[in-house]
Amino acid sequence: MQVHQQASEHSDAIDLMINMGPQHPSTHGVFRLVIWVDGERIVKVEPHIGYLHRGSEKICESEQYNQIVTLFDRLDYVGNLNNELAFCLAVEKLTETVVPERAEYIRVILCELNRIASHMLFYGVYGLDAGATTPMLYGFRERERVQELFESVTGARMMHNYIRIGGVKEDVPADFEKNVRKLLGDLKKGVEECDSLLSQNEMFLARTKGVGIISGDDALDYGVTGPALRASGVVEDVRVTDPYSIYERFDFGIPVGSMGDCWDRYFVRVEEMRESIKIIEQALAELPKGEISAKVRRIVRPPAGDVFIRTESPRGDLGVYIVSDGSDKPYRVKVRPPSFANLQALESMLKDTYIADAVLVLGSIDIIMGEVDR
Amino acid sequence: MMLNDHLMKGHYTITTRNNNISSKSETQSSSVAKPLDQKESELLKNLKLAFAEFSETEVSVSLDMVVLRVEPGRLLDICESLKSNPKFSFNYLSCITVVDYEEQEEIFEMVYHLVSIDYHHKLAMKVSLPSNSPVVPSIFKIWKSADWFEREAHDLFGIQFEGRENLPPLLLYEGFEGYPGRKSFPFHEYEEW
Repeated sequence: MQVHQQASEHSDAIDLMINMGPQHPSTHGVFRLVIWVDGERIVKVEPHIGYLHRGSEKICESEQYNQIVTLFDRLDYVGNLNNELAFCLAVEKLTETVVPERAEYIRVILCELNRIASHMLFYGVYGLDAGATTPMLYGFRERERVQELFESVTGARMMHNYIRIGGVKEDVPADFEKNVRKLLGDLKKGVEECDSLLSQNEMFLARTKGVGIISGDDALDYGVTGPALRASGVVEDVRVTDPYSIYERFDFGIPVGSMGDCWDRYFVRVEEMRESIKIIEQALAELPKGEISAKVRRIVRPPAGDVFIRTESPRGDLGVYIVSDGSDKPYRVKVRPPSFANLQALESMLKDTYIADAVLVLGSIDIIMGEVDR
Repeated sequence: MMLNDHLMKGHYTITTRNNNISSKSETQSSSVAKPLDQKESELLKNLKLAFAEFSETEVSVSLDMVVLRVEPGRLLDICESLKSNPKFSFNYLSCITVVDYEEQEEIFEMVYHLVSIDYHHKLAMKVSLPSNSPVVPSIFKIWKSADWFEREAHDLFGIQFEGRENLPPLLLYEGFEGYPGRKSFPFHEYEEW
């Protein structure tokens, strides 16, 4: 064993370099990973990103504030509404806009549903990463239910452009509350079904338990946030520790893991879906009547200054930094994408694991290349 | 047997919110910029106490954020202190932003957003660099999360980081000419293919 470790420290002992991606079904987008192996043990990895770099932040500088909302949809294309919310909150803070109560509740309901949809997608493809085909069918079935509701409310399955500066685009349809109640009933059953299908499966446990471990301190040092950080035992959820919108009114728990391995990262997300359902139930019970948008000028001109806002997207701490010079276009927009920082920790997670686990560890971070590359 | 341990219930802890984590505030809507709350005022006081001796640092407030303005030469010392001083304990570097003020003041402004997971307070640290030689010490050794953010700043804005020479491109490809993040880059006229 000792000989083995010694050998891996010398670079001339590395006999094989493996290239994974950018076109690879398990990289969840165009992502390239170069892996150096010693036998079957991973010695070093080098992630290459940027294949999807579109200059989104730079495009924002030449668009008016209202037009930027749709660009934010396209960053994290699985958690669209959470991204729209982050940008709108930042502009609202800068312009000191008070959002009507009804709009706040609609936002929270939809954003939490989006979190469930995103985690369901993760659930499905993570099963697939582990070699189980069935979970994908169940995960996508549940996600499809949420998407159907989104379609009835926003008119689009993805890229909604629904949350606007000052509120939301239009009021929800008359049967919204009825539909959400029915959806919640289905989702509750769905989460239980998914959980019982995969979480305690013996082969799944054998593949994910104790694989890709990262300690809480290390994760924090790498800037890991969201479910991946909580899986390592750090209690940090922006919705609770630095509350935005109306999250401080709801009662919900923060699922926290203990080991920081792949299974913890998976299971934290399953538990999070249950907590999100709790939030939606509370919000739905309190949903007030009234205006759905504050009176906002058609062309928004925030006062000169800068604002930084943190929100909890399905993947972690989504930050938006806006510098305004008082004109109708932002001077600088910076997105702090959670996947980008989470991906940095990959080299630490993959060190000394086996080549067969590389896909599972990568999948457990749940990256979306649209927001990594921007 | 290892597997049995994982099947045990109660392996998972769900932490419910308590008053230590967040205090319910009385404000109607959180969209409106609030004045500094208690933990942020405390931070402001401590920062003033700790860095009053350096004339080059300046503490101010912007909206609900405490802003610390730092000279490039003092950056490393101050970062070290912000991370290790138990009064601040900024253990998480959230983001590094470059803002291009080349046309107005001939400077690039680096903005570091720091968060303390222990105290739940946050801080913006700003460093101005002359645009003709934008060089700043790398803080990669203090927070590892600075790694890709610094490489991105190097790619898009041409910022040089002391202690990290020959940075390979991260978002751009090898051999890309120019710095597309800068205002002076002809972004909309640029044709690649």
